[in-house]
Amino acid sequence: MTKTVTDVICPFCGTLCDDLEVVVSDDGKKLLEVYNACAIGAEKFLHSQAKDRITRPRMRQDDGSWKEITYDEAIEYTAKMLADAKKPLMYGWSSTNCEAQATGSELGEIVGAVMDNTATVCHGTSLIAVQDIGIPSCTLGEVKNRADRIVFWGCNPAHAHPRHMSRYSIFPRGFFTGKGHTGRKVIVVDPRPTDTASVADVHLQVEQGRDYELLNAFRVAFKGEKLPDVVAGIPKEKIYEAAETLKSGRFVIIFFGMGVTQSLGKNHNIDEAIAVTRDLNEYTKAAIMPMRGHYNVTGSGQVWGWLFGFPYAVDLSRGFARYNPGETTSNDLLRRDEVDAVFVLGSDPGAHFPFSSVKKIYDLPSVAIDPHETPTTEVCKVHVPVAFVGVEIGGCAYRMDNVPIETRKVVEPPEGMMTDEEFLGRVLARVKEIKGV
Amino acid sequence: MAEYLIKNGFVFDPVLGIKGDAADIAIKDGKIVETTALSSPKVIDATGKTVMAGGVDVHSHVAGPKVNVGRNFRPEDKLFGYKARSGIERMQGGFSVPTTIRTGYNYARMGYTTVMEAAMPPLYARHTHEEMRDTPILDQGAYPVFGNNWFVLEYLKNHEIENTAAYIAWLLKATKGYAVKVVNPGGTEAWAWGLNCENVHDPVPYFDITPAQIIKGLIEANEYLGLPHSMHMHANNLGNPGNYTTTLDSFKLSEGIKPNSKFGRDQVMHHTHVQFHSYGGDSWANVESKAKEIMAYVNSHDNLTIDMGQVTLDETTTMTADGPFEHHLTELNHLKWANVDVELETGSGVVPYVYSPGIKVCAIQWAIGLELALLANDPMRVFMTTDHPNAGPFIRYPRIMKWLMSQEARDQQFDAFKHKDKVIDATNLAGIDRELSLYEIAQMTRAGPAKALGLAHMYGGLAPGLEADVAIYDFNPNEPCAPDAIETAFGNAEHLFKAGVQVIRDHEIASNGNKRTLWVNAKVNENPQVMRDVKEKFLRYYTVTFNNYEVTGHYLPNPYVIEVDATQ
Repeated sequence: MTKTVTDVICPFCGTLCDDLEVVVSDDGKKLLEVYNACAIGAEKFLHSQAKDRITRPRMRQDDGSWKEITYDEAIEYTAKMLADAKKPLMYGWSSTNCEAQATGSELGEIVGAVMDNTATVCHGTSLIAVQDIGIPSCTLGEVKNRADRIVFWGCNPAHAHPRHMSRYSIFPRGFFTGKGHTGRKVIVVDPRPTDTASVADVHLQVEQGRDYELLNAFRVAFKGEKLPDVVAGIPKEKIYEAAETLKSGRFVIIFFGMGVTQSLGKNHNIDEAIAVTRDLNEYTKAAIMPMRGHYNVTGSGQVWGWLFGFPYAVDLSRGFARYNPGETTSNDLLRRDEVDAVFVLGSDPGAHFPFSSVKKIYDLPSVAIDPHETPTTEVCKVHVPVAFVGVEIGGCAYRMDNVPIETRKVVEPPEGMMTDEEFLGRVLARVKEIKGV
Repeated sequence: MAEYLIKNGFVFDPVLGIKGDAADIAIKDGKIVETTALSSPKVIDATGKTVMAGGVDVHSHVAGPKVNVGRNFRPEDKLFGYKARSGIERMQGGFSVPTTIRTGYNYARMGYTTVMEAAMPPLYARHTHEEMRDTPILDQGAYPVFGNNWFVLEYLKNHEIENTAAYIAWLLKATKGYAVKVVNPGGTEAWAWGLNCENVHDPVPYFDITPAQIIKGLIEANEYLGLPHSMHMHANNLGNPGNYTTTLDSFKLSEGIKPNSKFGRDQVMHHTHVQFHSYGGDSWANVESKAKEIMAYVNSHDNLTIDMGQVTLDETTTMTADGPFEHHLTELNHLKWANVDVELETGSGVVPYVYSPGIKVCAIQWAIGLELALLANDPMRVFMTTDHPNAGPFIRYPRIMKWLMSQEARDQQFDAFKHKDKVIDATNLAGIDRELSLYEIAQMTRAGPAKALGLAHMYGGLAPGLEADVAIYDFNPNEPCAPDAIETAFGNAEHLFKAGVQVIRDHEIASNGNKRTLWVNAKVNENPQVMRDVKEKFLRYYTVTFNNYEVTGHYLPNPYVIEVDATQ
């Protein structure tokens, strides 16, 4: 006999689908099948069942080989490493629950760490832009129920957020959008002919790195002012036409991704995209939303927001919180040799940071907390495998529109495995002992 | 638990009717008791000091999504004011939108022990509860917003009070909410299309219902359930010159409705931050105070309570579920604007704002807030707030006390205005010589709000049986003092007890307390129609499933449930 668990939340991307069904064995120990998920989400659940999964902490030996250690030994190493360090980097926090993020924040406070999340190489620039100009936004249900003009700028949900288009943006039939996709106009702005672009009504194939110019041209076009014949590789007629399409909508939503946040212009691109949205609110209703990647990167920004007042790049090393992206961001710190220990949880900088940063991690005392073997675990001194959040332990996660959803536990973790929160709680207790606080 | 005897302080307590006489207050097992019930108490000598119950804030934006937007999008709000971790105190930052840790400590430092979060978007209830969980010391509850909720709009269009009540009961339980909050009824739904409802008869697009129907219907549903608090109202047309007529129209919708609550409140509508709703004139050039007209109505209608929304002349961060108003504000001051529209439920906006003493309108707003309190016949129905952080940060409450208690302090402020004469012409304040007593302040900050919240059986006084929430201030009310001494003393409690735990000792935080979250569990008759409607809307229009909506237990590690039985 098997059991089906319904309303399961997918702990993969910021779309945070909550309608998955998971079939588990009668004793709740084996996860057998996953329904309604995209290919990536299903794999995340099924991977927890891998036969070769690492279930105990490991420490790197001098000869480069791994030696299995106990959780107690891993806790001791981690606590000592953090307590001894003058300025440890505690990075990641995007693939774990808010409960672990809150415990980790208290730990970071006591050891004087720099707390940074994956926004540092992702939507951190968007967060800076929001600090400049604000952000008119909405929940994804507003898009589903009202939006008739959809813009994807520098993002490719067909691959990165596979169910986004069917659940929220292009295809769903909502309260005021009963015709589904036939009632919507979709504009994709991307230098590449992506699969998302292939379902769009209009694909503006912007010249790479010229997003700012094109965004600015839209603001000119809204006002009916004169444009040069070609802006960012797009003929002006197409810009005027697209601008008119947006202005004539009842509800416009702009989704944007890495294509604009991490290309030439960075936060200035987002400033301009938000200004476009503000301008549109003079004519109709418009909102804009970053396509957040990890399923709970948004949550880590929220937790740090209410505890420290900043969404990422939070330097606690002086006893109070400082925020200065460019100085207190992970890669800048690593490459300038400003941190003396590295703790990674819920992210894989080994795969996503520049090689020069990864080499620094390799040279430092370092711990990686991750259910998987990753490029990061390969360069760290200690690897602590933990239960999968959203599969083997529940907890709160924030969707890309900041809506908090409580993830579910659907299956037991392998016997004796700790969760992120338990591990952090034990390290916190040990650090308090060492520091006498 | 330890026993305490607070000896010989000057006690101000509207519940016991003590107006500054020296008296002893006894604490045992978390409650106030008769002094004879103590066996071997720790004695605190309060001779020459002021003793009051812990303060109760009826309306403050301290936790939840829009508060956190304010924190995260204003790094400048943290400049210079950050406090390092020390002892049991965690690090604390932020001025107008402080971190949750600072929120708890700063309220405690003023002698406040209970704070109500004024607007919780239901879909974001978890977030609000996570922040309240991380706010030390204070007992808190949160008001879910109902005034633009599609269920409410659809039921009240046909005046279906019983269905509305059943839906309210369900949503309070699902979100672990405390009361029925209404913000710009209909206007925020209109804002989802970029529109607004500017008076109580301006119909809501598509839903074909007027704000008046929503307001009256929600009052009736609230009384049908007999909830502890009344319907809690932020009317249409906030912040616009000439809006006092809309405010009076909204007040009038409560006429003829009597409270039906066993929790001891007398009002059926609490109207919040009335300062923002008391403007005459027809432009910013000729805006003037209509506080007299507003208070004439309030004073003559017992079933209404209000709070001030006092402008404190600071740089602050405005935030409200009144989405169209925040857009209006960003057009006015051109500062950054955040907005979040929430599916089927509500919306919100956040814009920084500088209330400058050099700007005539800001000074007029300052005067109007004080006028409301000084023209009040019954301080048990007019409460001190700043609509934190909208009119100013809550840490200014002691400064507002100073202005209310001292004409000299008000005159000093008038003299500091750039457009003093124009401000005096447009307001009544210069002609008011009333100075409130500490007893009246205790009514406005303790007994009054506790009663209006339906919590007079727990908070707001020092009678035996009440929670042992007691503040001791280093202030001798019988000696003459400079106005600034009031502000200093009441911003810095010498001792504070929360439910019998000493959380401040000698002006220092001594404990993080045992924070509780209050919510109301209203039982109603089974209502299959409402449950069918709820499930259908989740299936078709929400983007979370019905089973993933309810806030479960661990978000409230120390809940305090108030049971209401509305089955009949």
